[in-house]
Amino acid sequence: MAIFRARRVLWRSFSTISSHPLRVCIVGSGPAGFYTAEKILKTHQGSQVDIIDRLPTPYGLVRSGVAPDHPETKNVINQFSRVAQNGRCSFFGNVALGSSISLVELQELYHVVVLAYGAESDRVVGIPGEDLKGVHSAREFVWWYNGHPDGRNLDPDLKNTDTAVILGQGNVALDVARILLRPTSELAITDIASHALTALEQSSIRKVYLVGRRGPVQAACTAKELREVLGIKDLYIHIKETDLKITPADEEEMKNSRIHRRIYELLSKAATAGPSQPSSGQRELHFVFFRQPDRFLESYDKKGYVSGVHLEKTGLKGIGSGKQIAIGTGQFENLSCGIVLKSIGYKSVPVDDLPFDNQKGVVPNVKGRVLSDNSGDPTSFENGLYVCGWLKRGPTGIIATNLYCAEETVASLSEDLELGVLASTTRLPKLGRDGLLQILDNRNVRVVPFSAWERIDKEEKRLGSLRNKPREKLTSREELLKVAGSE
Amino acid sequence: MSRSRYTQRHCCQYQWSTLELLPETRAFQGSIFQKHHGFSTSASDGASAGADEEKGTIPVTFVSKDGEEIPIQVPIGMSMLEAAHENDIELEGACEGLLACSTCHVIVMDMEYYNKLEDPADEENDMLDLAFGLTET
Repeated sequence: MAIFRARRVLWRSFSTISSHPLRVCIVGSGPAGFYTAEKILKTHQGSQVDIIDRLPTPYGLVRSGVAPDHPETKNVINQFSRVAQNGRCSFFGNVALGSSISLVELQELYHVVVLAYGAESDRVVGIPGEDLKGVHSAREFVWWYNGHPDGRNLDPDLKNTDTAVILGQGNVALDVARILLRPTSELAITDIASHALTALEQSSIRKVYLVGRRGPVQAACTAKELREVLGIKDLYIHIKETDLKITPADEEEMKNSRIHRRIYELLSKAATAGPSQPSSGQRELHFVFFRQPDRFLESYDKKGYVSGVHLEKTGLKGIGSGKQIAIGTGQFENLSCGIVLKSIGYKSVPVDDLPFDNQKGVVPNVKGRVLSDNSGDPTSFENGLYVCGWLKRGPTGIIATNLYCAEETVASLSEDLELGVLASTTRLPKLGRDGLLQILDNRNVRVVPFSAWERIDKEEKRLGSLRNKPREKLTSREELLKVAGSE
Repeated sequence: MSRSRYTQRHCCQYQWSTLELLPETRAFQGSIFQKHHGFSTSASDGASAGADEEKGTIPVTFVSKDGEEIPIQVPIGMSMLEAAHENDIELEGACEGLLACSTCHVIVMDMEYYNKLEDPADEENDMLDLAFGLTET
C-alpha cells in the first residue's frame, strides 16, 4: 500500500517537473494571442511561448481595427510589447498558418498550440446584387483606412455620390460612419493611412445612413461610441420619432440591460435635440430603424455599379427569453446611394486539419479545448490544441473580453497539464522555436522577429513626425519587409 | 427612470483628493474589484495611524486573492491603478488610465462613503456599461 502511494507521488511530481520546458505556439498576435501568452508565461514558469502572425506587424485588430481617432484604445500595445520582450517569448511575423507552416507541423514542433487568429472574413447578407461594384464589407473598409496590407487596393469610390449606406448599427458601423463624416483636418493628425486620408479629403459623401433591421432598443453599438458620433461638430442628426416608440417587450429588454437602456436614452435625446432640418451644406447622419435589405439596386447608367438598396420594413417578434427578431412586413422602399458598407459581423476562416463549425463560424470547443468534430461529443478533444478570442467565441466583445477568454483557455490548458492529459506529448522534448525557424528557413520564409518590428515601428513614427501624425503606417508587404531588414 | 446607484467607479479615475473636501472624515473604506487578482484595498483612518500629513499620503492596504496584505503609502491625488503599478502590484489597466476601457474599476462597499462622491460622469458610466462583474451595489 505504502509503495503504491509512493509510486503515485513520484509519477505526479515527475510529470509536473518534467525536464522538458513546455513549448507553446500561439497563432495570432492580437489581444487574444497576447493575453494568452502573458497568462501562460506567468502560470508556467519554465514555458517558452512563440507567437506567429501572417502579417509582418503584430497586434491584430488593435493596429488594423481600432479607429485612427481612438489612440487611447491602442495603449494596450505597451503591455503587449512588454510580453513580446520577455526572454521566454518570441514573436515571428510574416509566418502564415497554412502556407508557411501547417497545423500538423506546428503540433509536431510544440507541446501545445493555441489558435487565436480571429475572424478575417464576413457574414454575407445573401441577397441579389451583393457583388455589385460599390458594395463593400466594413471590415475591408476599416482595413483600408487603417493601412492593412490586404486593404490598400480596395480603392472605394467616394467621389461618385453624396450618400453612403451602412448596413448594421454596431460599433464598427459607427466607426465607419464617423470616419466618413469627420472633418478631415481632424483625421489628418491621426495614424490613418495616407491613401485613405487623400480619398476622404476628395470625398463627396455628405449623407450617411445607418440601417438596422430592428429598433433603437436593439441597436448593437455601445454608449461611448454613440455619444462620440452624435457629438461630431456641425453634424445634422436625424432619427424618426416614431421609431422611438417602445413596446412592453422593449421595456423588458431595457430593464435587463443597462447598455441597451442607455443607448435608447441617448438616441431619444438626439432625436429631439437638434434642428428639424439640416442647414445648407451641412453633413447628415441618419439612423434608419426597422428596415432590412431585400436586394441591392443596379445603376442604369453605370452597369455593374450599385445605385441603392431596396429595403423591407420590419416588425419585431419575440422568440422567447426576452429576445426579439425582425420579421418582414411586405412593405418596401428604396434608399439611393453610391456606396454600401456591410457591417453585419465578421466571420472566421477555417484551415486544413482543423475542425470547424460552419454555421457558427467558430472552431468547436469547450472552454477553449478544441473538439475533434462538430458532433457535440464533449469528450472527444484534439490533444494539445486550444483556441482563444474570436475564433473561439465568435466575433463579439471588446479588447478586454479577450482577457477573460484567455484566462479560461489557459485554465483549461493548466488543468490538462496537471491531470496528465497531455502527458503523451509533454513526456517528450519538442523542437519548438529552433525547429520552426529551421523549417521556415528551408522554405525561404522571411521571418520578422520582434526586433525587426521595432525597426518598422521606429520608421513609422519617424515618418509620422514629418506630418504631425503619431505614425505614418507602411501599407505594403514589400515596404514592411524592406524596413524590417533581412534577418 | 430608476434611481439605482451603481457603487462602481473607475479606479483609474478615483481621486483621493476628494476626501480632503469631506470635513467629517479623512478615512475611506473601499475595495477594488479585480477578477483575476482578487485584490481588495482598505485605507485605515488617517487620523489614527499611518497618514503622513507632511508628505500628503494615506496608508492603503491591497489584499490579494490569496489573502496576502500589501500595505503601501499613496500620495493624495494618485489613482488606485497608478498606486498599484508604482508598487509592483498587478492590476489590469489596458488603456493605462485614460478612461478608454473597462479592465479596472472600483466597488465602494460603504454606501455612506459612496454617497459622498460626485455622481459618475457620462464617460465613466459608458465604460462601466462594459465592465465585467458590474453589480447594482
